[in-house]
Amino acid sequence: MKKTIKKPVLSIGPFHPLQEEMEYFQLTLDGEIVTDIDMRISYNHRGIEKISETLQFDQVPFLVSRICGICSASHPLAYVRAVEELASVKVPERALYVRTIITELERIHSHILWAGLAGHFIGYDTVFMWAWKYREPVLDLLEEITGNRNNYGNVKVGGCREDIPNELKPKILKEMDEIAKKMDMLIKAILDDPILHARLKGVGILKNDDAIKYAVAGPTARASNVAIDVRADDPYGEYSELDWNVIVRPEGDVFAKVVVRLLETLEAVKIIRQALKKIPDGPVAVEVKEIPPGEAVGHVEAPRGETFHYVRSDGGNRPVRHKARAPSYVNVPSFKASCIGQHIADVTITLAAVDPCYSCTERLAVVDGHNNITHDYEELLRLSREKTARIMREA
Amino acid sequence: MSWKIKYLKKAPWVFHVNTGACNNCDIEIVDLLTPKFDVERLGIKLVGSPRHADALLVTGGVTAQAAPRLREVYRQTPKPCVVFAIGACACDKGIFTNGYHMVGPVDKIIKEIDPNAIIAYVPGCPPKPEAIISGVVKALSAI
Amino acid sequence: MNQEELNKKISEIKDKLIGYEQPLANRIYLSCEAENSYALNKFLFEDVPLRFVIATGIDSEDCFEILYHYAYDQTGCVVTLKTFIRDRENPSVESISPFLPAAEWIERELHDLLGIEIKNHPDMRRLILADDWPEGVYPHRKEAKK
Repeated sequence: MKKTIKKPVLSIGPFHPLQEEMEYFQLTLDGEIVTDIDMRISYNHRGIEKISETLQFDQVPFLVSRICGICSASHPLAYVRAVEELASVKVPERALYVRTIITELERIHSHILWAGLAGHFIGYDTVFMWAWKYREPVLDLLEEITGNRNNYGNVKVGGCREDIPNELKPKILKEMDEIAKKMDMLIKAILDDPILHARLKGVGILKNDDAIKYAVAGPTARASNVAIDVRADDPYGEYSELDWNVIVRPEGDVFAKVVVRLLETLEAVKIIRQALKKIPDGPVAVEVKEIPPGEAVGHVEAPRGETFHYVRSDGGNRPVRHKARAPSYVNVPSFKASCIGQHIADVTITLAAVDPCYSCTERLAVVDGHNNITHDYEELLRLSREKTARIMREA
Repeated sequence: MSWKIKYLKKAPWVFHVNTGACNNCDIEIVDLLTPKFDVERLGIKLVGSPRHADALLVTGGVTAQAAPRLREVYRQTPKPCVVFAIGACACDKGIFTNGYHMVGPVDKIIKEIDPNAIIAYVPGCPPKPEAIISGVVKALSAI
Repeated sequence: MNQEELNKKISEIKDKLIGYEQPLANRIYLSCEAENSYALNKFLFEDVPLRFVIATGIDSEDCFEILYHYAYDQTGCVVTLKTFIRDRENPSVESISPFLPAAEWIERELHDLLGIEIKNHPDMRRLILADDWPEGVYPHRKEAKK
């Protein structure tokens, strides 16, 4: 059934504002209020699931690590969990702790990155610069542990490829102290800022029943009172042995999503500190010779939400079928529910609050069918920042 | 040396194009603006339109959907301009070589409309910000 | 509900299933024919209720399979409903998007990549393949390899 869009159309798409074709995000407007939205995702389609079938089981982690840059620890872990379930592999305890530490470090730098971007979209560029500056030491730490700032290549079927040397523990703990201090400062600044309250509260609300209908995951769900977190629901790593909290907020607006992510960063610090204390000695991998025929699923809590993989094997050394689901696949469509009824100035921050890949939010260009005015990404950004400035003046 | 090339070498204004990248290279590019690397002090500026650009920073191995857009952006960019293929995907499709939806890499798509295009390659997965800066500086000095 | 209660709840639809496996306490695999897919999905999402995760489409040589994956977060259980589409010439299944908007994208993807007709889908347009990708070429089908 083909949809015909009659009202003026806001096109949110890649690079070139004067192109007339349907782009990434297309919004239907009534005046300055969004009434409908349409999305295409073919830009990033690389055919990864099919490529998996040409790789051997132990090569796939390197492929899926590159599904998304900021969830690059979660995808291989979810895949590997599925294969380990298939083959009934018992992963050594030390490996579980190493995996936990690396995924939590990724959560920290991903949430800080997001905080910076959110600041950028509403005109708090100091937050942007500050956040991305304090993200760097975490990336340096990951580089020291795994050899790369992103795409760690650390996880493999049976455990980890590399260990965290015990000599690094004091350095990691010191960095956690630094991060905790900075996050405390940022959280306080945000929670106490009346401008941010006025700018972000009540904006881009995703109602609880929409959150369930769109089956959203991660902070997007938890900020709408859907208390799900794979680390608590179907524990992996050693989350069930550690003391930490699932952060949930009922309001469903952008502000709630900000709070959830910031507080989760502090929980991540808590988890890493405990993991470093409790990590036992021992091997970080077992050898896995064969993957028997069968099927299994694996899921983990990535910074954006549940990352889910399904693997089917026929006993050979390549997967017969491999399904990879990133959390953005369910979170981005929910933008439809949270964006309708919003003002054009709130579109960038509402989309950003769902935390899609950075490039998705960059692909904003507007074509107003009525007046033939083109609003590109810069223009939408300007409108968003203008709204913040207006709130500051009226405060 | 034309005045355009002269200014390009001194203070290139760059436009970032994602042709289906996983975002790692894109984030490292944005990282260049942040305090640790701060390329603006070197005169490198990220612009919002290809029409203002001296150079394109292209990431991704070029998916079938992105190819026409990449060609269009290249056409829009005033010549002479330098196309930087940032990352393994942009240089040679990287780990996605066998993907049915991949039509790149970047040089193949660009050369379809301009066989004499100036293309520089910065490999890595992703290349560290230092590597990107080094690659850009090396390429510009060689022009 | 604890896991035992969940197992009991799910067994309410046993008569519509052609298979039931529980290889682990918190992993359940149900099998059914395509004509029962709509009713079973509705039961799992609305009556149990479970959280929809994603659907996997598989070309299994003599048939197509759509695996609908659900999660029951209180016990960390993953319930997978395997729907068998026996008609290879004209594979089709009823859309579950009318009651489950979360399935809209994946159903469009199943159509794009496997060529399965999703009946009564509210918005069956191309989602994941490029605009100029040829019609009738389904990359996830086995014959696409040749």
